[in-house]
Amino acid sequence: MSMIIRVKQKQIAQLMAKGKRLDGRELNDYREIKVEMGVIEKAEGSARVLLGKTEVLVGVKIEVGKPFSDTPNEGVLTVNAELVPLASPTFEPGPPNENAIELARVVDRGIRESKAINLEKLCLEPGKKVLVVFIDVYVLNHDGNLIDASAVAALAALLNTKMFKYDVEEGEIKVKPGYTPLPVQSYPIAVTFAKINDKLAIDPWLEEEQVMDSRLTITIEKDGKICAIQKGGTGYFTTGQILEAAKIAKEKASEIRKLVVKG
Amino acid sequence: MPKIEEKLIDKDGIRIGGRKFNELRPTKIQVGVLNNANGSAYIEQGKNKILAAVYGPHEVHPKHLALPDRSRLRCRYHMAPFSVDERKSPAPSRREVELSKVIRESLEPSIFLEYYPRTSIDLFIEVLQANGGTRCAGITVAALALADAGIPMRDLTVACAAGKVEGQLVLDLNDTEDKKGEADVPLAYMPNLNAITLLQMDGQLTLEEFEKAINLSLEGCKQLYNMQKEALKAKYVVLKEEVKE
Repeated sequence: MSMIIRVKQKQIAQLMAKGKRLDGRELNDYREIKVEMGVIEKAEGSARVLLGKTEVLVGVKIEVGKPFSDTPNEGVLTVNAELVPLASPTFEPGPPNENAIELARVVDRGIRESKAINLEKLCLEPGKKVLVVFIDVYVLNHDGNLIDASAVAALAALLNTKMFKYDVEEGEIKVKPGYTPLPVQSYPIAVTFAKINDKLAIDPWLEEEQVMDSRLTITIEKDGKICAIQKGGTGYFTTGQILEAAKIAKEKASEIRKLVVKG
Repeated sequence: MPKIEEKLIDKDGIRIGGRKFNELRPTKIQVGVLNNANGSAYIEQGKNKILAAVYGPHEVHPKHLALPDRSRLRCRYHMAPFSVDERKSPAPSRREVELSKVIRESLEPSIFLEYYPRTSIDLFIEVLQANGGTRCAGITVAALALADAGIPMRDLTVACAAGKVEGQLVLDLNDTEDKKGEADVPLAYMPNLNAITLLQMDGQLTLEEFEKAINLSLEGCKQLYNMQKEALKAKYVVLKEEVKE
């Protein structure tokens, strides 16, 4: 930890002890979330999310592919995340590093475990042909809490996704004119906490992430059940802190969900 | 919902393999099993067979990775190609990259890394046979390898999972229970400090079920913690007997 960060940590921790934060928020306040859907016309679905200054673009592409042998009747979901070098001085070009892989896998876990996409409806020919949904997370500006921003963006992009219509004739797939929406049936929302000096703050921005001891992400699906959890960072949590975080996450998730799911 | 062909829990509450809901798999742990490593350990938990080895603290390569104020812990979790039903490519998968990261982060809080600035401690976890819950067994055995290497630690980290199978919360899921069950909560814990250093979850649980699952995993951790300590002592008891002869 560099000297500057150590000084910052002291300042942030002192503020948090009084229930305040450097950017004026309270401990359980999110930054402003803006969601814009359908920003990339060539993608089957897309969304751009601003979480404060953190900016994430998600594109969904759909292709025909082979199912996994253990789920012959289900479509395939894959999530990939790119920490694009233009988003932060700390991002470097090259294959995804462990942070990018973790980000993609946490977003993936939320969507998969909540059964957000009805994968059975994406089967074209059992065991042979299914639709493959590619979710690509593109981080454009890193100002902390990439997980929550990416999860919201991925969900918004899925809700915005249109599949091509098709007929299956003698094993051949005939694409028909027109589009139908992707069968989305749950709405997972990730809520992340940073632990700094034994206090938890929701939606950490970059300066808080740099000094945090550990991180806890809890993903809540539409009927309030927990569907994914990931602890990160080199610190620890107590049982009490985890259960308290889970309770807050449930409340916050239903607020955030309203921004993406209308009606 | 996945189709369940056979019942995983019978009407008397006995799980496949004959365990009760709060029972761990039969576990054997051995410390100091490899010659070249500074520390090593081996665990068999049910059909899981996992080796862990520690090299270091030693000079870091490449040198620019050295940290001025502490040692750098590096961790590789890796599965042997023959460890699972269908051959696994030996190249590190995305799952293995993520697990290496979370395992490293689960062990870091226990180590006095600041005692060894500019060095690295390299930890290797090789899964020789996998049957569910390998990240947890990997952490349990890795903590022992670190202790065997003589690295000063705040506590032994120990890990265990709980989950939900056919509507019931159960401890230490095997592969079948994990795949067919409704949820899995792996957790790593330092009992003396009451600190949870790894927590993940997949599946679906209500808040109440989640709380019960955490408490169940913690119970499992405490049992495994005693086995860890026994295994560590056993190494030195054997040495003492050799000296007597």
